[in-house]
Amino acid sequence: MKMVSAIIKPFKLDEVREALSQLGVQGITVTEVKGFGRQKGHTELYRGAEYVVDFLPKVKLEAAVDGAVLEQVIEAIEGAARTGKIGDGKIFVYDLEQVVRIRTGETGKEAL
Amino acid sequence: MKKSLPALSLGVGLLAAAAGAFAQEAAPVAAVVVEAVVQTAAPVAAAAEEVAKLDAGDTAWMLTSTMLVILMVIPGLALFYGGLVRSKNMLSVLAQVFTIFSLITVLWAIYGFSLTFGGEGKFYGSFDKLFLAGITPDTLSATLATIPEYVFVAFQSTFAAITVALIVGAFAERMKFAAVMIFSVLWFTFSYIPMAHMVWGGGLLAADGALDFAGGTVVHINAAVAGLVGAYMVGKRIGFGKEALPPHSLTLTMVGASLLWVGWFGFNAGSAGAANGIAGLAFINTILATGAAAVAWIVTESLHKGKASMLGAASGAVAGLVTITPAAGFVGPMGSIVMGLIAGPLCLWGVSGLKRMLKVDDVCDVFGVHGVGGILGAILTGVFCAAGLGGVEPEGYNMAAQVWVQFKSVIVTIVWCGVASFICFKIADVLVGLRVPEDAEREGLDITTHGESAYNR
Repeated sequence: MKMVSAIIKPFKLDEVREALSQLGVQGITVTEVKGFGRQKGHTELYRGAEYVVDFLPKVKLEAAVDGAVLEQVIEAIEGAARTGKIGDGKIFVYDLEQVVRIRTGETGKEAL
Repeated sequence: MKKSLPALSLGVGLLAAAAGAFAQEAAPVAAVVVEAVVQTAAPVAAAAEEVAKLDAGDTAWMLTSTMLVILMVIPGLALFYGGLVRSKNMLSVLAQVFTIFSLITVLWAIYGFSLTFGGEGKFYGSFDKLFLAGITPDTLSATLATIPEYVFVAFQSTFAAITVALIVGAFAERMKFAAVMIFSVLWFTFSYIPMAHMVWGGGLLAADGALDFAGGTVVHINAAVAGLVGAYMVGKRIGFGKEALPPHSLTLTMVGASLLWVGWFGFNAGSAGAANGIAGLAFINTILATGAAAVAWIVTESLHKGKASMLGAASGAVAGLVTITPAAGFVGPMGSIVMGLIAGPLCLWGVSGLKRMLKVDDVCDVFGVHGVGGILGAILTGVFCAAGLGGVEPEGYNMAAQVWVQFKSVIVTIVWCGVASFICFKIADVLVGLRVPEDAEREGLDITTHGESAYNR
């Protein structure tokens, strides 16, 4: 089992979600985050005070998936989230040790 | 700046010419002191004696004006400043403004009114009207004979309150609440009251012939200098110049600025003291100078920085309002437009270039807007009140002489207020200390001083 964590541009969320649900990924967790990589921030000017804001708003999307579908999931996210411009984001994959469905108590692959 | 200067000069020049062309043959009015009520009634025959009578229109207007000025403070000024600070300090600004309003209006009734309008000493009135002694609901105002004295007391109480409340924007986000309150009471007593008395209550500056219609010196320069002194004495905020300390809600700042603009009609037009032509003049000037200044600010801003900002429009409007305050009942509408066009860019410089030169952390730009605007307005009042420029000239008017008198009144205000403010802050410092501890400042005044959070996630 793997945890796929993707940082994407906020307006790409719906597309990525569509692509994942077509693959049969049932549930995801979404967080609003901010960060930067190579994409530059912007300057804000309040009267005489100028601030350079490095952080850009992004969306973090996490999904716990079966190792068998991992490659397809990565491809789906990549394809849906890509714009070709700097700031498209990154995908991280973690090893997932245990999953539990709280309602029923199921564990492991059945809980995914 | 180089690009905007020729364009602005051309615009100002064109409008000054227009102001001259539209000049009315205004009959010279003996308007020496602020709030001079222009007698619109026909001159009374020498034999008959004019008896003061309550005028319902005047009274209704003054009551309305009073309420408008109250709205300017709560919530106008409170939100204007509040939106400019970080969210962890929002409530501290709201609390300071609200409490100052509550406290100062009460003190005004107890002793402020008496010391300001209760006599004709050089710097103070008298204690004759302490606790509003001798005034009944039927007593007519000694200053504005067609309205009840209580209405005049109430109207003036709001001026005192807003002047003190204006100061907090300069030292926001790091001063102790107790220090703010102690300072406010002392400063009200030793700076506001004498200034108001000297200009409006028959003291030193009134005798000089200084023109200040609604309080350019008494309110704006007075508060601005106090703010500047306070900001210096309390020191810069932690992280100033290094961290980003952006406003947390420009939406609320805009709401506050709008309330200030609308309420200012009570401030300026109410200072006519009656429902008459001068009130109408002050009213229209309050629209025109403000709009001109807001546009001039954002045009300058966009030429200089590439973008016209919402905060710039709101600040420009306030700058125009401040500048027209001493002039509202003395200058013509075209003159007020010209004043606004100058106020916008000049106050923009006040909050950027000048602020950097002064090396001060004046959080809400109290000096940059109220100080610069107040000084500009005070001086230009002497220029644009000329009948040739569409204004309402006082008797025996000479432009150079008048501008000199205006300039002197500005200097007296700055000096008196500067010294008085320093002493008042020092006393508060000695009694309770001015600044909150470092970790309280980092955590935010709302939690540490007031035990509250403005926004619960």
